[in-house]
Amino acid sequence: MENLNSYLIVSAILFSIGTIGVLTRKNAIVMFMCIELMLNAVNLTFVAFSRYLGNLDGQVFVFFVMTVAAAEAAVGLALMIAFYNNRESIDVDDVNLMKW
Amino acid sequence: MFDNVWLIPLFPLIGFLINGFFGKKIKNEAVIGGIGTLMIFLSFIVSCGILMQMIGLPAEQRVFEKVVFPWIHSGNLKVDMAFLLDPLSCVMIMVVTGVGTLIHLYSIGYMHGEEGFYRFFAYLNLFCMSMLLLVLGNNMLVMFIGWEGVGLCSYLLIGYYFHKKSAGDAAKKAFVMNRVGDFGFLIGMFTLFWWFGSNHNIWTINFTEIKAASHLLPYGGVVTVATLCFFLGATGKSAQLPLYTWLPDAMEGPTPVSALIHAATMVTAGVYMIGRMSFVFIKSPETMMVVAVIGAATAIFAATIGTAQNDIKRVLAYSTVSQLGFMFLAMGVGAFTAGIFHLMTHAFFKACLFLGSGSVIHSMHHALHHAHSHDDAQDMRNMGGLKSAMPITFITFLVSTIAIAGIPGFSGFFSKDEILWQAFSNPFHGQLNMVLWGVGAIAACFTAFYMFRLVFMTFFGECRITPKAKGHLHESPLVITIPLMVLGLLAVVGGYIGLPKLIGDMLGGIPNYFEHWLEPVFAQAHEYSTQYAHAGGHHSHSLEWGLMGLSVVIALIGITIAFTLYIKNTELPGKFTATFPALHRAVYNKWYMDELYDFAIVNPCKALGRFLWKGFDVVVIDGIVNGVANVVLGFSGIFRFIQSGLIGNYAWSMAFGVVVILGYYVFK
Repeated sequence: MENLNSYLIVSAILFSIGTIGVLTRKNAIVMFMCIELMLNAVNLTFVAFSRYLGNLDGQVFVFFVMTVAAAEAAVGLALMIAFYNNRESIDVDDVNLMKW
Repeated sequence: MFDNVWLIPLFPLIGFLINGFFGKKIKNEAVIGGIGTLMIFLSFIVSCGILMQMIGLPAEQRVFEKVVFPWIHSGNLKVDMAFLLDPLSCVMIMVVTGVGTLIHLYSIGYMHGEEGFYRFFAYLNLFCMSMLLLVLGNNMLVMFIGWEGVGLCSYLLIGYYFHKKSAGDAAKKAFVMNRVGDFGFLIGMFTLFWWFGSNHNIWTINFTEIKAASHLLPYGGVVTVATLCFFLGATGKSAQLPLYTWLPDAMEGPTPVSALIHAATMVTAGVYMIGRMSFVFIKSPETMMVVAVIGAATAIFAATIGTAQNDIKRVLAYSTVSQLGFMFLAMGVGAFTAGIFHLMTHAFFKACLFLGSGSVIHSMHHALHHAHSHDDAQDMRNMGGLKSAMPITFITFLVSTIAIAGIPGFSGFFSKDEILWQAFSNPFHGQLNMVLWGVGAIAACFTAFYMFRLVFMTFFGECRITPKAKGHLHESPLVITIPLMVLGLLAVVGGYIGLPKLIGDMLGGIPNYFEHWLEPVFAQAHEYSTQYAHAGGHHSHSLEWGLMGLSVVIALIGITIAFTLYIKNTELPGKFTATFPALHRAVYNKWYMDELYDFAIVNPCKALGRFLWKGFDVVVIDGIVNGVANVVLGFSGIFRFIQSGLIGNYAWSMAFGVVVILGYYVFK
């Protein structure tokens, strides 16, 4: 595993793309996918380090992250459907009732 | 029998619990009244048994203490729920349960049809329990529970007709004035406890132990402080100057309450307390003088007010205050036996007078109600000529009046004359004794006058209500007249157990049973009194006879004046008030004492309260609280706009924060 750096670089690029997506897009589903992207970028790092260090902790962690992401997807999509039923929109700027 | 002493307060407590919790469901007046009366009657039977057993014992063995359960054991303080039986508490339980039973019986008739009948009997039982705790307690704390308990019941029963504002006000007044006195009682208790503990390592509030250690007490000094505090408590509970004004107002309560609480038992608690602690009081000549002077002053002061009142119960209320003054006068000159004796005879005849007035009011109320008249059923100006309509009430009332006026042969004569003689002859206060005797004698004259004024205005002369109402006047039912007859009888014969030695010798050596009975209780006090009493306290028999005759003459003068003014020349009182309008106004308005208290104490207190409310609470306290809230509100007004509700903003700030934190760790 001499080329750990390449994995980390790919992971960093993916993470940054995800972050920028979350920060710039207004569509809830796109933001949601960007978050998934960030999670998987981190997963990549975990797996790379696991392989590099030769223990399985990182891979176990990845399983957890994937489980949580699945649950999150279920809840998140349900929220979006409920929101769309009310507002006919999934633009996050329309979700703005909770403020001062 | 002695071991069962705890049953005496227990029975009324059971009655209170039954009537208090289930009385509303029982509804049946006969059952409720029956339970209440039966419970106090059972106490009376136990008391009789105890009295019998005590009579059978030799004098020096007549003390018994019963610990029911250990109560407060904390450090040096050891207090048990314990009862003390001795001749003094024996007299008190007999009076409380005996007169209490009669008044419970009377109440069944008097309170018939009243809303809250069960409430009345529950309170009455609770009162009896508290009063019995007060007189039976073997330490000051148990006594204090009773002391507070009777105050509470007094408050509840004065305010029995709580829908009337005047009754509610009177109840509050009684409670607050009693609290002033209770504070004195507590301070007195603390003082004795602290003094004995810190100086002699005797940590006790037990009467027997204090008595055993009382030789350690100095004359005057700390004892004066403690006893004056106790006496403050007594003035509150027993309606003496300066804390007497609640008692006349307490007449707002139902008449049986006035008879039981505000004449026969509760108001005598102060006298009993001084008797119970005679061995402490006697050690302070100053306090004894204060007690005697306050007693004499109250006796004459209240008697003068009693001469001008028109409400039948108010006259009796001032009479009670005045008679309590006599008792304190006796206590103050060291004549403890005479004071307790007067307490007992007064319980008989004053309970009879109050119950008689209740019978009159009951009948008047009934008659006026039938005639659709709105005249005051308690105003003596509306009465007159009732003796033919209510013969039993009239006779018992007259007998009790003669007793209180001090005509020889009736109970009041023996006790009152004993007090006056002791005030004159006990060599306690030097020249002051003559003054005390003089004041007492004049008060006795006033007593005879206002009591016969009451009788003449109520029972003699022309009936002053409409003929239509007059036809409805009738004698009260048996349940009311039986207690009257029993008490009337006691008012006559009750005095013969305490015949003065002079008369007893003349009648062939009949001893003064009452004095011998109480001798062991007050022996300690009499021993101490010889330490400072002025020498030469010997008076000839002829002087005693003379003074006795003089007090009879004084009583007859009072009766004659009343007869002249209210039977023979009924226009004379009107002329008198027209000649001295200012004097009459002042007496009629109770020497403006209530107004004086309002001006000197109540209104300043109110003003202080208003200042603390408007000035301190509203401005300072509320200012601080609201100020803190306003500061928070101001800051949050600025920062709340951070919460924009836009997810994008939150995401950006989160990312920014992450960058800053990471940057800090990376570049530091």
